[in-house]
Amino acid sequence: MIKKFMYLNRKAPYGTIYALESLEVVLIGAAFDQDVSLAFVDDGVYQLAKDQNTDAIGMKNFSPTYKALGDYEVNKIYVDSASLEERGLTVDDLMPLTYEDEDDDWAEKPSIRVVESAELAALMEEQDVILSF
Amino acid sequence: MKYGIVVNTGPYTHQASDSAYNFTAAALGKGHEVFRVFFYHDGVNNGTRLGVPPQDDRNLPEKWSALAEKHRLDLVVCVAAAQRRGVLDADEAKRHGKSADNIAPGFRISGLGQLIEAGIEADRLVVFGD
Amino acid sequence: MTTLHTVNKSPFERNSLTSCLRFATEGCALLLIEDGVVGAMQGTRLAPRLAEAMGKITIYVLGPDIQARGLRENQVIEGIRIVDYDGFVDLTTEHDRVQAWL
Repeated sequence: MIKKFMYLNRKAPYGTIYALESLEVVLIGAAFDQDVSLAFVDDGVYQLAKDQNTDAIGMKNFSPTYKALGDYEVNKIYVDSASLEERGLTVDDLMPLTYEDEDDDWAEKPSIRVVESAELAALMEEQDVILSF
Repeated sequence: MKYGIVVNTGPYTHQASDSAYNFTAAALGKGHEVFRVFFYHDGVNNGTRLGVPPQDDRNLPEKWSALAEKHRLDLVVCVAAAQRRGVLDADEAKRHGKSADNIAPGFRISGLGQLIEAGIEADRLVVFGD
Repeated sequence: MTTLHTVNKSPFERNSLTSCLRFATEGCALLLIEDGVVGAMQGTRLAPRLAEAMGKITIYVLGPDIQARGLRENQVIEGIRIVDYDGFVDLTTEHDRVQAWL
């Protein structure tokens, strides 16, 4: 049985563990061959920010792990445009996450899709399971 | 209806663990099935048998253990989250050279795959968190 | 296919309620629980926003959490339906999925 799983992330990284432990579920979940999407809304967009440097806070920088998502066939990464905008961010402030499309001669494509609220709301309505962290 | 319940918060600090318990009890009372209750993040702390809360208030870990026994619930504590926070069963304690274990009766430690499986097997996955 | 959205934090503490309302589609339901019940009360700065949302979604609030906080059920915004935990369970069967806004 293939279900549509969406992982909803709304918190910035490091202030709480939710970003890291949510990512750990995604990676384990990848082995189950379900139809996976990730949604980043509100402060969740900061999880994908470039140039994270945690040296001075003494915590592990886990942002490189997002770059591996493409290899785990997790390539539907939705970012809420209104959340970016109200934080003064654009897609260029985010890590350029990519995947290789096996249906297109392994061409490298962006996994991040910046979407308007209405489109993301419609995507949420298509899901079987929504995991909120 | 078959439910998967996810508990993301520890006992007492956030109401979510109580809300999850009350929902689970209500669902069982109405004759629904609860496939699994999965404890993640600080939720793993609901699985300690060493808590000594005040006598005049609820003992959440014991409530979960009792509900599990009465209804043969599968209470699963995520191994990765539990290791981080120091919730261990006897095997885990031995494997990691720790002097004691603390898992409460009725809880078992297992991997995140159990959460995904609950999402796949259940008709509804209900998340309680912070 | 409709969603039961749950919001468990006060709208004065977190943006979970306002974010939820941004994404909830026509025909969905919203259940306010825990500190989120504060959003169901009359006279708050958010009451007009909730009243407006009721044109599109059905809003419920968990009675036990209202009582716990010393709030009055007769002070809940008109049109918001009060349910108990059994009602919460029923709502999860009436909608196709549950989406938590934490």
